[in-house]
Amino acid sequence: MEFHALHDAPFIFPNDAHPAWSIMIVLYPYITGMVAGAFVVSTMYHVFHREALRPVAHLAVVTSLCLGACATLPLLLHLHQPLRAFNVVATPSPTSAMAGFGFIYSFYMLVLLVDVWLIFRPAIVERAATATGAWRGVYRALALGVVEITPRAAEIDRRLVYALSVIGIPAACVLHGYVGFLFGAIKANPWWSTSMMPVIFLTSAIVSGIAVLTLLYLFLCQRSDIEPDAECVRSLSRLLWMFLLLAVVFEAIDILHVAYEREEEWHVIRALLSTKLRFSYLTLQVVIGSILPLLLLPLPAFSGRLGAGFRHSIAGVCAVLVLVQVAAMRWNVVVGGQLFSKSFRGFVEYPVDWFGREGLLAAAVVLAMPMVLLWGAMQILPVWPPSPESESGAKS
Amino acid sequence: MSLFELPILPTLGAAAAGGCASGGCASGGCGTGGCGTPSAERTSENSRREFLKTATTLTLGAMSLTLLPGVTAGDDMLPLPPPGGEGHVPAAKPMYGFLIDTTKCIGAGKCLTACRVENSVPDGQSRTWVERYVHYKDGRVEVDLVPETGYAGSGEVQPAAEDVLQAYFVPKLCNQCVDAPCNQVCPVHASIKSPEGIELVDTERCIGCGYCVQACPYGIRFMNHDTGVADKCNWCYHRVMRNEQPACVEACPTGARVFGRIDDPDSEISKRLATVPTNVLKQHLGTLPLTRYVGLTDEVT
Repeated sequence: MEFHALHDAPFIFPNDAHPAWSIMIVLYPYITGMVAGAFVVSTMYHVFHREALRPVAHLAVVTSLCLGACATLPLLLHLHQPLRAFNVVATPSPTSAMAGFGFIYSFYMLVLLVDVWLIFRPAIVERAATATGAWRGVYRALALGVVEITPRAAEIDRRLVYALSVIGIPAACVLHGYVGFLFGAIKANPWWSTSMMPVIFLTSAIVSGIAVLTLLYLFLCQRSDIEPDAECVRSLSRLLWMFLLLAVVFEAIDILHVAYEREEEWHVIRALLSTKLRFSYLTLQVVIGSILPLLLLPLPAFSGRLGAGFRHSIAGVCAVLVLVQVAAMRWNVVVGGQLFSKSFRGFVEYPVDWFGREGLLAAAVVLAMPMVLLWGAMQILPVWPPSPESESGAKS
Repeated sequence: MSLFELPILPTLGAAAAGGCASGGCASGGCGTGGCGTPSAERTSENSRREFLKTATTLTLGAMSLTLLPGVTAGDDMLPLPPPGGEGHVPAAKPMYGFLIDTTKCIGAGKCLTACRVENSVPDGQSRTWVERYVHYKDGRVEVDLVPETGYAGSGEVQPAAEDVLQAYFVPKLCNQCVDAPCNQVCPVHASIKSPEGIELVDTERCIGCGYCVQACPYGIRFMNHDTGVADKCNWCYHRVMRNEQPACVEACPTGARVFGRIDDPDSEISKRLATVPTNVLKQHLGTLPLTRYVGLTDEVT
């Protein structure tokens, strides 16, 4: 599998000239990663009783739901036959990893939806009784007709939230580990074909979830003129640092293993990394997105001497850098894997369109959609600002 | 009482008995404030359990139906009748093979035009193509695509004969793998194998996800720009079912492409396979291609 593009005249198979997967397939694992990651953060509070994360616990689970609600958007935009999308659940092929999507996604979203409903049920019931006009109808509908709540019911809700959070952890892991498996199980592509892929996807998913919550929390605090909870930011930074370290180690092990063995696929990967992915992999993913935040995150995570404002600023910057890292990782996997022909004799150009169904503009809209939903959810549910009362029904 | 023994939505029961709490407790032995009594709770608990049981059974039943062979896609179009030529005794399940003799191919490009016309392949995409390998005396190896018009009509500058050590042509088409990755990954049964072992695309079922395109190690599959579904060489299955040769085979002026039944020892392909050493592409991937090659070199990927 010697890669000839660097020293001979390039040659690509005729059907390789048009990469089959677009930027939408980059967004899909990016969004589902944040779905899984944000949920894991919420379970840190609901299951593992990490009290410091109380201010973001509700925000985490609602963010996960809003992201999850938009996770299928990029897939639908990508499908050439979107009206047949339901075939995936109507006539799934048991031999296809992709056929599991409908079931895994539906199960996870169901768990998440019930979880959110139970967490916010006290608030919904209260508003159903106190709201007036159309809002009263909205809350009565959200309460599913139950407009009273008893201490015993609240206790049962609390236990159910705990149980659903416990169930949700493996579900979230399967949801994103499976996305990694989709790529890792393609033996035709030496850049994708590795058993490490699900693990790499999973750890980077958790990283992106923590990062997006850190950023959201700091942004919402600033917008609401609330002083960010120092322990919460510290706890998020510690988690981010730990999981980023894990993600980087797994990614490095994978590359170093192939590089050291120098089997035939290394010739392809080396050529790819040294040319087409030099910027997006080495500069963005490794230096800016991995090494820099790994060096900076100990400041907000472990230092007790620095001022709170400075630590929170560093935490915010690191969250942005990590989100860039994960986006670059998704890009490098999805697009990078299509930048060389299966002839292993030449590179393929990936055209990035601004407009169209799979263009950059559509991608920006898809990325903005979960935030719009989150804003909507915040108008209806007491997601923000965090109040001790709203937590009492959910904490176990 | 464990978590799972508790009523899931006790407030629902309370709400249902709301009228009761407000003074309507005369019947049912509810008594005073009896809405929360064990008997009332147990009744609503039982109905809830019954509902959950029924819902779970129905959901799982419906889901399992989708996995039954009779319900899955494509089965209704199979099997197609085997070809029955003159003096031919059709087996219950005929098996076909394809042999490419690289020593005979002259890069005429006739097969390419024949395929494009026969299968309405859009410009810029290919069900089959022919690669030219030129080994130069200085050690370089260059590969390019044979134009559909052949080199004679293309106007391309050709390598100087004195610089060339050897040159040969390698036609590419679907390998019809016995263990086809494209078939394995298709999530909706749109990749189907005919009883004759030929991999087909169900264009009415394909959702256009492109997973099969990624999974094919040979770059044979593509998303058809015109139809919006996956497309690939199917050895001209429609012609084969009419007992005709694939279009590319018929158009080849040198007999470099040989197609026929490999379960018939008297067929030309069976005789050739029995006498000439052959090989397959990317053998290490274990896809078990039915398309075999004469004269493959290590340069060919």
